[in-house]
Amino acid sequence: MSHHEMPFWKKYIFSTDHKVIGLQYGITATFFLLFGFFLMILMRWQLAYPGVEIPLIGKALTETGALTPELYNALGAMHGTIMIFLGVVPMGVGAFGNYLVPLQVGACDMAFPKLNMMSYWVYFVGGVIMMMSFLMPGGAAASGWTSYPPLSVISNNAQTVWLLSMVFLITSSLLGSVNTIVTAIQLRAKGLNFMRWPIHVWAQVTTAFLLLLAFPPLEGAAILQLADRVFGSSFFLPSGLVVSGEKLGVAGGGNPLLWQHLFWFLAHPEVYVLILPAVGVVCEIVTTNCRKPFYGYKTMVYSILFLGFMSFVVWAHHMFMTGMGVTLSSFFQATTMIISIPSVIILTTILLTLWGASIRFTVPMLFAMAFLPMFAIGGLTGLPLGLTASDIHLHDTYYVIGHFHYVVAPGTLFALMGGVYYWYPKFSGRHMNEFLGKLHFWVSFVAINFVFMPMFLMGSKGVSRRMYDQTQYSYGASTQSWNVVMSTAAFVLLLAQIPFIWNMFTAWKTGKKVQNDNPWEATTLEWAASSPPPHENFPTPVEVYRNPYSYSATTRKVLPQFIPQEG
Amino acid sequence: MAVHIPYIDKPNPVTGVTNAKLGIWLFLASEVMLFGALFSALITLRLGVSDWPHGYDVLNVPLATVNTVVLIFSSVTVVMAWAALKMHNLKQFKTYMSLTLLMSFIFLGIKAVEYGKKFSHGISPATSNFYAIYFVITGLHGLHILGGIIVNAYLLGPGSHMWKSEPERFTGRIECAGLYWHFVDLVWIFLFPILYLL
Ligand code: HEM
Ligand SMILES: [Cu+2]
Repeated sequence: MSHHEMPFWKKYIFSTDHKVIGLQYGITATFFLLFGFFLMILMRWQLAYPGVEIPLIGKALTETGALTPELYNALGAMHGTIMIFLGVVPMGVGAFGNYLVPLQVGACDMAFPKLNMMSYWVYFVGGVIMMMSFLMPGGAAASGWTSYPPLSVISNNAQTVWLLSMVFLITSSLLGSVNTIVTAIQLRAKGLNFMRWPIHVWAQVTTAFLLLLAFPPLEGAAILQLADRVFGSSFFLPSGLVVSGEKLGVAGGGNPLLWQHLFWFLAHPEVYVLILPAVGVVCEIVTTNCRKPFYGYKTMVYSILFLGFMSFVVWAHHMFMTGMGVTLSSFFQATTMIISIPSVIILTTILLTLWGASIRFTVPMLFAMAFLPMFAIGGLTGLPLGLTASDIHLHDTYYVIGHFHYVVAPGTLFALMGGVYYWYPKFSGRHMNEFLGKLHFWVSFVAINFVFMPMFLMGSKGVSRRMYDQTQYSYGASTQSWNVVMSTAAFVLLLAQIPFIWNMFTAWKTGKKVQNDNPWEATTLEWAASSPPPHENFPTPVEVYRNPYSYSATTRKVLPQFIPQEG
Repeated sequence: MAVHIPYIDKPNPVTGVTNAKLGIWLFLASEVMLFGALFSALITLRLGVSDWPHGYDVLNVPLATVNTVVLIFSSVTVVMAWAALKMHNLKQFKTYMSLTLLMSFIFLGIKAVEYGKKFSHGISPATSNFYAIYFVITGLHGLHILGGIIVNAYLLGPGSHMWKSEPERFTGRIECAGLYWHFVDLVWIFLFPILYLL
């Protein structure tokens, strides 16, 4: 291929190169993650010091300088929405999927490069629209990331903006997932049969299927809610609904639970969309740093597939308290218990890979290893939620918040940060600074546990989620002192990200150069390309000679997939 | 600087399909989920109330029947357009593709008449949930028809230059457009009895 000089905007802005698009996703998602985190810091101030003026910026936000209940609701809804739909998914699927899947299957690019560019820009526009929700009169959307009707249907106009933005984000995900699946299946290098895919590719393909099949129902639901809001229909409004003392003037006959079913039909698979790419990333980091084959590759692959499949039949465990009846509840309780089996198997295979390994404690490895107990805590605390009897007590309390944050924050986000440290040499040809990396890791690790662990305690005491000021209730007042601890820890966590961001920017130009294209001595195909890879990735087509994660039986030396001879 | 992506005109020997064909099937799978969700919503809403009207009492069945025939006919012509390309007959392709487009416009025209009559009687999505789901499903289906028109018109017009440079790839595109069109037709085949005849 000829290499003309391309103008800047074509090379870095409207690029069709999957690596550039992957980085664009990564940078945009990092921005949203930080922004979403910042919203939470504001809320944590209110939780720790209810009604007290926020230092420095409070007066710019409200008249008194303290958050109003309305603003608190809006910040909460936007925090959840931004973190999930604009932060973690674009990071795990958009950035890691886009950058790595083509490289790991030995392809020159995604199967549909223009479509790929479009996915990014549709996501970007969706993000901009979501931000505009803040500018609406009456404030941003405030019905939670779940947007339950009737509240969401009768709330202010920012909710319409939220719905519009969701339609964009969903469309972007659909385009992206078609692209990922086709790329991974069609553009495999010679010799790369399915059972030689790196686990990360399996995870990304399964994730793409979840997005492809679970997102459309939410798109449908969003259209119905838009119709309710804009055209005055009553899909989610029951007859005789009374709002502020007056009967609502709509036809009625709708069903608010319909929204919940459609929403959770997406949103449960969505939680696996959040976790699976992270599992893939952890597997890659762990095997490379263990210097031994992955324990139970096939078991892992089948667990991921089973997990993906089962995630479509557990959604109503979010709705045990809606009065849907014992039969349905029992069904969803059973499926929920079943789905925790593959989760445990996934953890076990990774743990058994660590067993007897000569571990290299690199920065990415620290993050990957921290992922394991954090994911375990998150997963295990899910079980009492999945059992209907205990869920009666725990539903809609801080316990639920603790549960899913353990999976998503010190779980998924830690894994993805580890991924950044691990593949940074691939993106840039340079290593990130090790000292700053360890500083980032240890401070974050300690702080994040102080943020989320007390939530289990508070939740068990009955403190409900989405509460503006728990000191108003006697049972809430008893755990209020924890709020101060948690908020302080959250602030420390924020500070701990400074070395990370600093490291990411400075290492690009001044980091230690990689010695060769495969600095970690990994086995998968992305390391066959130079670091950073050129346009089209592999100047000559790569070929695959063996399973991933192979090590010589005699010399214990690494046997990359792309090197023909043993030893 | 175009990248050299394999299997855009010839199928991958292992999987037996081109990239575009696999892509369009995946896309259609997601579309099935979209309309599936809306049909489930319809069922849920209908089961939840006692006074759900019969479609044949309140909707225009004769017009919808004509539309059903029109769409089925267009599904035939879009296959003929593809078959014509397989026989290297670009002229015949253009005839059949134009017919397909004509059918799509007739469909939308009839739909517009139906909508117009309802609006002139003051009927809107706010009237009742029956009309609300009727407007949403048929409206979304109409948007899909519109999308098909845009794609087909492009392939008939400027897009057809590809026939000279990459005939196999162009034929593949027509096949994918055809698959999409069949899907849109199929949605109507479900929608027609469920909304109009039950
Ligand atoms: C491993 C087994 C898991 C089980 C048994 C489980 C079970 C549950 C249950 C029953 C609920 C509903 C609680 C309630 O509202 O009363 C819930 C909530 C939640 N879970 Fe899990 N979960 C598991 C793993 C995960 C994973 C891996 C993630 C994400 C990466 C996740 C994310 C969430 C989220 C976000 C919510 C709260 C949604 C909301 O109400 O806003 N869970 N989980
Ligand atoms: Cu769930």
